[in-house]
Amino acid sequence: MSGSNPLKKTPQKATGLHVGTAAPGVKKVDPILVADHVSRKFGGLVAVDVEHVEIPRGAITALIGPNGAGKTTLFNLLTGFDKPDTGSWSFSGKDLAGVPAHKVAKMGQVRTFQLTKALGLLTVLENMKLGAKNQTGESLFQSIFPFLWKKQEAEIEERALEILERFKLIKLKDDFAASLSGGQRKLLEMARALMSDPTLVMLDEPMAGVNPALTESLLEHILDLKTQGMTVLFVEHDMHMVRHIADWVIVMAEGRIIAEGPPDEVMKDEAVVDAYLGSHQDVDLGVVTGRITPPKDEK
Amino acid sequence: MDINSIFINTAQALFSPVTIAFAMAALGLAIHFGFVGLLNFGIAGFMAVGAYGYAISTLTFGFPWWAAFLASMAASAAFAVILGIPTLQLRGDYLAIVTIAAAEIVRLLLLSTTWIKTTGSADGLVAYADGFRSINPFPDGTYGFGPWSYTANQFWVLIFALIVLAVSAFLLWRLVKSPWGRVIKGIREDEDAVRALGKNVFAYKMQALVVGGIVAGLGGALYILPSSANPMLFATSLTFFVWTALLLGGAATVFGPLLGAVIFWVLQAFLGSLLPAMADAGLLGALSSAQAGALRFVLVGILLVVIVIVRPQGIVGDKRELTFVRK
Repeated sequence: MSGSNPLKKTPQKATGLHVGTAAPGVKKVDPILVADHVSRKFGGLVAVDVEHVEIPRGAITALIGPNGAGKTTLFNLLTGFDKPDTGSWSFSGKDLAGVPAHKVAKMGQVRTFQLTKALGLLTVLENMKLGAKNQTGESLFQSIFPFLWKKQEAEIEERALEILERFKLIKLKDDFAASLSGGQRKLLEMARALMSDPTLVMLDEPMAGVNPALTESLLEHILDLKTQGMTVLFVEHDMHMVRHIADWVIVMAEGRIIAEGPPDEVMKDEAVVDAYLGSHQDVDLGVVTGRITPPKDEK
Repeated sequence: MDINSIFINTAQALFSPVTIAFAMAALGLAIHFGFVGLLNFGIAGFMAVGAYGYAISTLTFGFPWWAAFLASMAASAAFAVILGIPTLQLRGDYLAIVTIAAAEIVRLLLLSTTWIKTTGSADGLVAYADGFRSINPFPDGTYGFGPWSYTANQFWVLIFALIVLAVSAFLLWRLVKSPWGRVIKGIREDEDAVRALGKNVFAYKMQALVVGGIVAGLGGALYILPSSANPMLFATSLTFFVWTALLLGGAATVFGPLLGAVIFWVLQAFLGSLLPAMADAGLLGALSSAQAGALRFVLVGILLVVIVIVRPQGIVGDKRELTFVRK
């Protein structure tokens, strides 16, 4: 899997993900995550106000938008790290509204953070092992009897080493995570998320602050997740990367979804160009988002 | 100067129920602060609850000695839960404020005359150890050698306390080396990351608060076991003595708090004998021997400052941990 270099050959894009015209809130053939009327206000600021959105299963979806568009807030809401003022959302058909973050993660929806959260004073290997689910040894009473969890621990370690090998972090396994470089921490965080066998991986700016060489390897890993049958939703700013690996792009601005569609088509969308490049620089962004009409005949 | 008595006092502090009680409290605090990162400044409160849990259940409810120890553990567990429900969602520094207040509330409630029949108020409680002494396996006589010479009862308390300490330290060592320990260390580093991996952070923090609280509570019970319980024993300064012992030994270790407590008390006893003796001999200028005795707290404070600057990871802590201290 890791031997392929998707940058040299064009990655296989998933197509036929949506039903009907690609417009904000369009129906998907097989959605894994569906959200309705999700809104979140911080005082007077409406950070997120999403009418309806569906994330297609088995594909890589990019969530893009200018700074302050509400991407991370939406991420926090969908993963239970923040509570919305209104709205409901479900994951694989299971209602997620009000479900705490750790339960969301247990259901197979794992996230990473924009500011990497490597657990500094734990070794790389310990970080990895922590990611595994349903550990007997993590129960207070069973933990004091090593014979109850030694076998499972060995299995977890084996898998952790396997994944570390794939992410080329194996040499660092006994180092404190705090000693890793920024890029290595991004890799570690992604690798750690994989330890829980997720079905949906949500990456918050996986490429932020990573040098170009490591970006390539990160992209490979993201594409790898898809080949292994996982669904990926990621927030990103770099449009070239989005174009390269995403099967579907959702564009947010001022808390709302302003466009959706396959990458090449979305990037031609006038609303997106406006939101990103500010071609109407004399006009407030709100005017731009407020006047959008669902793009016609994109398909 | 009576070098001999200074030596005897110092040597006795090496193996005394007070040292062991401190080691227990420091051990509990190591779980709270060293492993989960909970800034608990109410460790004296946990010790008071454990101590009075033992004394009151014996005197008021007539519990046998073993049931009194269980009651003491249950009381400190309950105290941890009550303290934890509102505070574990708070940020670390707020937890520190709440715990220091909670410990004072406990002490003042014990001091209050409202329940004088149960708590003994300022006079405290005595004569609760009969049941414990009645199972003393050592016949009357003197035990030990050299400076370590004990009556049968003293010896029994000491041996029992050592056993409790050994068992507690072993269990905690097992805990922190297990996957459970990994989770709580992860929480210390970053709660949200651990939450994102599907662990119930609140439940783990609560478990750790209860486990550390029970150990500290048992420390409180051992603290008062030899003689009497009094609210003044559990003043805020006790909390900071325990912190000193913990930081001295190494916060994120199991062996460190034990070593720290021993060093702390040996030093206390040594300075407590040496300084008044020096004052009597006229070596400390105009200081009276009582003043010189109090001087030891100043020296211990200076020691703490030096330790934190020179060796912040404690005596047995991992040096690597410091290379990456955040902020």
